[in-house]
Amino acid sequence: MAEPRVIIVGAGPAGVRAAETLVAAGLRPTVVDEGRRDGGQIYRRQPEGFARSSAELYGTEAARAEALHATFDDLRPKIDYRPGHLAWNVADGHLHVVHDGSAEALPFDALIVASGATDRLMPVKGWQHAGVYSLGAAQIALKSQGCAIGRRVVFLGTGPLMQLVAAQYRKAGAQVVALLDTSRLWNQIRALPKLVSRPDVLAKGVGLAASHLLAGTMVRRGVTPVEIFGDADGGVSGVSVRLASGRDLRLACDAVALGYHLRPETQLADLARCDFAFDAATRQFWPVIDEDGRSSVPGIYLAGDGVRTQGADGAEIAGKLAALAVLTDRGRSAPTEQISRLRQQRRAMERFRAGIAEAFPWPHHLAAGLADDTVVCRCEGITAGELRSVVHDKGADEMNRAKALSRVGMGRCQGRYCGHAAAEVVAAATQLSPAVVGRLRGQAPVKPLAIRTRRAAP
Amino acid sequence: MSEPFRTDVIVVGGGIMGAAAAFFLRRRGKSVALIERALIGQQASGTNFGNVRRQGRFLRQLPLANRSRDIWGRLNELIGEDAEFLASGHLRVTYDDEMTARIETYARDALPYGLDLQIIGGNRLRERFPFLGPEVRAGSYAPHDGHANPRLAAPAFGRAARREGASVFERTEIVAVERDAGTFRVEAADGRVFRAEQLMIAAGAWGNRLSEQFGEPVPLVTHGPQMAVTEPIPYALEPVLGVSTTKLEETVYFRQVKRGNIVIGGAARGPASADTQRASVKPENTLLQFTQITRVVPALARLNIIRVWSGVESYLPDDIPIMGPSAKVPGLYYAFGFCGHGFQLGPGVGDVMAELISTGQTTTPIEPFAIARFASAPA
Ligand SMILES: Cc1cc2nc3c(=O)[nH]c(=O)nc-3n(C[C@H](O)[C@H](O)[C@H](O)COP(=O)(O)OP(=O)(O)OC[C@H]3O[C@@H](n4cnc5c(N)ncnc54)[C@H](O)[C@@H]3O)c2cc1C
Ligand SMILES: Cc1cc2nc3c(=O)[nH]c(=O)nc-3n(C[C@H](O)[C@H](O)[C@H](O)COP(=O)(O)OP(=O)(O)OC[C@H]3O[C@@H](n4cnc5c(N)ncnc54)[C@H](O)[C@@H]3O)c2cc1C
Repeated sequence: MAEPRVIIVGAGPAGVRAAETLVAAGLRPTVVDEGRRDGGQIYRRQPEGFARSSAELYGTEAARAEALHATFDDLRPKIDYRPGHLAWNVADGHLHVVHDGSAEALPFDALIVASGATDRLMPVKGWQHAGVYSLGAAQIALKSQGCAIGRRVVFLGTGPLMQLVAAQYRKAGAQVVALLDTSRLWNQIRALPKLVSRPDVLAKGVGLAASHLLAGTMVRRGVTPVEIFGDADGGVSGVSVRLASGRDLRLACDAVALGYHLRPETQLADLARCDFAFDAATRQFWPVIDEDGRSSVPGIYLAGDGVRTQGADGAEIAGKLAALAVLTDRGRSAPTEQISRLRQQRRAMERFRAGIAEAFPWPHHLAAGLADDTVVCRCEGITAGELRSVVHDKGADEMNRAKALSRVGMGRCQGRYCGHAAAEVVAAATQLSPAVVGRLRGQAPVKPLAIRTRRAAP
Repeated sequence: MSEPFRTDVIVVGGGIMGAAAAFFLRRRGKSVALIERALIGQQASGTNFGNVRRQGRFLRQLPLANRSRDIWGRLNELIGEDAEFLASGHLRVTYDDEMTARIETYARDALPYGLDLQIIGGNRLRERFPFLGPEVRAGSYAPHDGHANPRLAAPAFGRAARREGASVFERTEIVAVERDAGTFRVEAADGRVFRAEQLMIAAGAWGNRLSEQFGEPVPLVTHGPQMAVTEPIPYALEPVLGVSTTKLEETVYFRQVKRGNIVIGGAARGPASADTQRASVKPENTLLQFTQITRVVPALARLNIIRVWSGVESYLPDDIPIMGPSAKVPGLYYAFGFCGHGFQLGPGVGDVMAELISTGQTTTPIEPFAIARFASAPA
């Protein structure tokens, strides 16, 4: 039998474990990642020439990071690794990649998409000012460049990442002015039965939360974001929120890290025409997968945070399962025992994921309260009021229609950052569920593609 | 069963043709039901390139295109909404003497139809349009052509029709059409029935599915023109640009919208399915467009595209539409199959069809588009 051509997109925990599993079965997969180095989001390797220790970079996760990097270093000669390659399209059994202006179409029999996650964002008035970063961007600045987004930083949003990045900032010497969390303590308490499925991670999370209190950092829960103050010249100057008590709180700062947990990067799955379904608990559309990561399209497998936000350990398991599914589907012998063990571990990860989603809920109710002059789509400068007006005056009760008539989500990021919030604004304005309002249709390119791009010489 | 919904005229299909026809029919006092399977302007009319171009068209289509151009120019007063029509000028360029000779001939032939084209060559062309690349030899400039926003135009006509009193039914798919007892009976997938004395089929790439039911099949095929758009940059490219050539891969066109994005099309066609209502862009076509547009304007190489798309468009073997009365059934009218050129024609087609349906004749000649040209020999 000819060796199946397998391509993996993403050299994070999911992609690396998938590659390892395929190599162990005697295959030579291609691994494509737009980053210049492996490691993915959480175990991102610093650029060559930087020499901070793993402990400094990855904290409690240093051992896992080192293990993953070592695995990948061993795999290097046994795989076709394509760093700095953006997968910009997928069609007709080919993955289309571009590297430094040169485009190639890579044929595949199986494609494992392990594309990771990005921040899930809810607009707040003033978030377009310079000095407002997503939590992810704030962490990347620290991890890859060793610099903070400001000297006095307010963390606004919710989710485990907010707790983590705030702690990392404090450690790096930045002043963490406050953690302003939209979730409430009882959200977390109610989620405990699910969260205990990973007691070690739960303990770390509790420890993180405690560390903020011990450090004397201001932590407020159940807040309603009101406004980020600032101007075009000076950038951010402060933040105001309404506290759970109903009082207003205004804080001075020079940077804001904003984020409401994560959302999977699903454009490649979308371009591959995978089916999506609405998840009512997190109020977003997800690609449909089976327990091993098979999508609805034969030959397309989805793994890691790019399909379900199960975190780094979950991503490693999902990567292995997806690779084993490829092997099974291509008629290779697959270790059934290992598969059932991994599936079982994955169920715990999934239970924990659901717990996190409950503990730090997406504050969809904020969409209805956004002032009309709040910018929703930062690329195109479309406000909540403009979006509502195409709903009320032009009958746009579906996302793609709202986009066509308002330009929301039509800019550089193609709605990757504003899409969920825009859907909530439309849902609130129409009084429909976001399941009915729908999602923005994906189109290539996955990220902006340079017109100077030419086909690589064969 | 509930009573049928009765009007003077039923228009099936809410693309720009149907929506504009409904508007003009109301202006002529007819009661109208405009019935659309999904949302007004969601198919070809909402996904097209936005060219409001007359030059290069089949000469006998120019009177219709002129009538339409006239409406584009006063659209805002007419329908009370802005579809971003911009009379930016339209420039078709050539790469060789043979094509230059052809655009000269076309300019001469189009003059009697009132289309005033300026043929510009050599240094004068570069002085006027300094962004053109070295391969460009000459250009045919149409000062009064331009572009508009397809996302806005058909929905705006639909709303205007509604304000004028048309009954607009969205998310209503028509599955059966027939004429019985002297009136048309039009049935939706959910069982609702509409009745009228006159019926207009404006169902785009799905038009033949309805014309067939009246014994008038046509050899309609579907393709998806390939589109892309760049990130916004300061407004600098005034005219719509296109290449006049006989080589398909050289036929690119592009335009810059006022807010800065450059919309790109051409070089190839992609797959489009009437069944799935989807059309896609082949990745290799996007790359081909890159090569071709930078021949026209090399500076475009510095930009990025942020999105590609396509749409389901219908074509006939002779590259001109079906428009006019049925050859078989009195009271039945067609306007579909616009072969990639229908956006510019839309407002004019609506106006002419309304005239035809309410007076029985048209002041603009449409004979070349008669469905009878495809009448098959009796079996
Ligand atoms: C800023 C941030 C911080 C996080 N911190 C933590 C944390 O502390 N703990 C935790 O458990 N989880 C964290 N997460 C979640 C984290 O994403 C996962 O836990 C883990 O990294 C998931 O692994 P993965 O392999 O699924 O994806 P990732 O590690 O994100 O790897 C995906 C890789 O795919 C590549 N890629 C994506 N799309 C393309 C494309 N089109 N073409 C080419 N390459 C592509 C990316 O460059 C990336 O290297 C964080 C997420 C973010 C966004
Ligand atoms: C990508 C692309 C680029 C183009 N570029 C240009 C350009 O630059 N300039 C130009 O002049 N032209 C252009 N065209 C062509 C132009 O868009 C079309 O010719 C024109 O929009 C056709 O309008 P229409 O109303 O006939 O069809 P459509 O817009 O397709 O409308 C037909 C409508 O009928 C509805 N329908 C079908 N069947 C039924 C049914 N059974 N019941 C109810 N409703 C039904 C459909 O849902 C659809 O909305 C382009 C086309 C495409 C796809």
